[in-house]
Amino acid sequence: MATAVHKTLIKLSVGAVVMFAFAMFAMPPLYTMFCEVTGIGINTGEPYVATEAGIDESRTVRVQFVTTNNAEMPWQFAPSIHEVRVHPGEPTPVTFWAHNTTDNDMVGQAIPNVAPFNAAQYFHKTECFCFNNQPLAAGEKADLPLVFIVDPDLPPAVKTITLSYTMFDITDRQSGGPVAATTN
Amino acid sequence: MAHGPAKGIGRWLFTTNHKDIGTMYLWFSFSMFFLGGFFAMVIRAELFAPGMQLVDPNFFNQMTTMHGLVMVFGAIMPAFVGLANWMIPLQIGAPDMALPRMNNLSFWILPCAFIVLASTLFMEGGAPNFGWTFYAPLSTTYAPASVNYFIFALHIMGASSIMGSINIIATILNMRAPGMTLMKMPMFAWTWLITAFLLVAVMPVLAGAVTMILMDINFGTSFFDAAGGGDPVLFQHVFWFFGHPEVYIIILPAFGVISAIIPTFSRKPLFGYSSMVYATAAIAFLSFIVWAHHMFTVGMPIAGELYFMYATMLIAVPTGVKVFNWVTTMFRGSISLETPMLFAIAFVILFTIGGFTGVMLALAPADIQYHDTYFVVAHFHYVMVAGAVFSGTGAVYYWLPKWCGRMYNEALGKVQFWLAFIGFNIAFFPQHFLGLAGMPRRYADYSLQFADWNMVSSVGAFMYGAAQVLLLYNVLSTVIAGKKVTEPKTWEGAEGLEWTVPTPAPYHTFTTPPEVK
Repeated sequence: MATAVHKTLIKLSVGAVVMFAFAMFAMPPLYTMFCEVTGIGINTGEPYVATEAGIDESRTVRVQFVTTNNAEMPWQFAPSIHEVRVHPGEPTPVTFWAHNTTDNDMVGQAIPNVAPFNAAQYFHKTECFCFNNQPLAAGEKADLPLVFIVDPDLPPAVKTITLSYTMFDITDRQSGGPVAATTN
Repeated sequence: MAHGPAKGIGRWLFTTNHKDIGTMYLWFSFSMFFLGGFFAMVIRAELFAPGMQLVDPNFFNQMTTMHGLVMVFGAIMPAFVGLANWMIPLQIGAPDMALPRMNNLSFWILPCAFIVLASTLFMEGGAPNFGWTFYAPLSTTYAPASVNYFIFALHIMGASSIMGSINIIATILNMRAPGMTLMKMPMFAWTWLITAFLLVAVMPVLAGAVTMILMDINFGTSFFDAAGGGDPVLFQHVFWFFGHPEVYIIILPAFGVISAIIPTFSRKPLFGYSSMVYATAAIAFLSFIVWAHHMFTVGMPIAGELYFMYATMLIAVPTGVKVFNWVTTMFRGSISLETPMLFAIAFVILFTIGGFTGVMLALAPADIQYHDTYFVVAHFHYVMVAGAVFSGTGAVYYWLPKWCGRMYNEALGKVQFWLAFIGFNIAFFPQHFLGLAGMPRRYADYSLQFADWNMVSSVGAFMYGAAQVLLLYNVLSTVIAGKKVTEPKTWEGAEGLEWTVPTPAPYHTFTTPPEVK
């Protein structure tokens, strides 16, 4: 009986270690994969090549702009205009502006997110400051350009799209290039 | 042949006896129940009236966090491990637990974990204040310095829990008396077998979650930090992948206790034994695939919301099977209402209420309204307190004569039951109204329109607290000076091997295995 007990003990201990490893090393990559497959918070960080889809004049979509600074990012960062009304298919330029208020040269990286998430795959950026990082010298101000197109295939239920940018301080990470794309 | 227990403190420090260890687990759990209860009293005293009364908001948050942690990990879980230690060897005809030395270790590291956790209250910056669910970034970027002690305590507690579960599985699978097939085991042993598998599967996931938190805070990783490419929502997924099975870990042994008490006092065998076993297994399986119903508001795809909603509602089916089986067991039974039976019947009624509000919360569109309100608080206290704690209290009254050979005071037991039952409902039923009216949980203050029901709720909570003092008195007076009982069968309708050994249960039982026909 003692050997049977020890077999049970060993099997269950191995099971517990496997579950720990699963939580630590399998769940984070699985989660990232799941988000990519399902399109949650699709990373709209890739440039889009415009197609000749035509402009759908019959529809107007409100596009709102929101900016946030990640914790401890001291820059001033805001959209020049908070809301535009566009027709699907129409390339629209807007600008954001950023001001490095500190006495140090810094590098920022803006990460976009689109809400509602079922609009994310229909919101295209042909030109965006977020494709690269944004180095600003001490006290420097800059206009940050964005050109976007709302896809004419946007589900009819979506009347308003909110594009939000979070500005991260990546000065310390500059040797390693831009921050890894987030899933959300 | 049997030698008695050792003398002095050494008996308790070095014991490998399942009854001694069970007793220590139960007393430890009882003391944690009073500690967590004290925190609850601070919470309800602060919420007695709107405005800031007694404590500052940060301390209030520490109280809600510590109340949850101490009650879940310190009171309820060890209580059922204690019952398992005492009763499972007696119920399956084993002389002791399969791994008695590990049993000693798994108990004794538990007080260490809770001393570490409780000591955070006296540290600079205070105890953990981020809620028992310790969502990142509240528990990482914004956590008090004591978070590292919290993580350490949770690691020790998890190790204790995993060792305890392995022991229970090894005992049940290897040490049953000849003839005691799995499908002849009492339901309590069955529910614990399934619970122990759940624990071995998910306690390591909790350990993983706290380890990732630890690394994010101290070693520069970014599992849950968006600035480094991580995602705080991932934390919620990992946590609830542990957390949802955890709530069944708490309730399944309670089901086992109720399945023992109701047949005894109905003087009928348990109705639908095998369906009870399959329902327990089904609940355990479903618990792994429904976790995101705790997170309907994080922004999931509609398909995800629908899946988690339907899968969650499916749990009502095996749970319903259990409730109907208990009711059918009582149907046309020769029922007598001793204190354990009162607690069992109250369990069935109140747990069913908690189950119904659970189905309401499973509805994704409704949950978006109820999320993080007092409706949720009311729901989980109906299943945790009226579920697990009532069942545990019933179990203490039911088996106390077998443990110590003395009968508790029945009149006092009934008074205690009614005080607890009425107090509990006055405390928690109004919280449904508060939640539906929009009062958010985890705040030290509230708007004036919530004042009346909060005052009622606080009065009920104090009543419920008083009932526990009465329970302590009743247990102590029984152990010290209760009327001596000697018949092996304390209750005339009781069945099972634990009622074949003398009363009080001798230090060593079933040294020769019983024959089970």
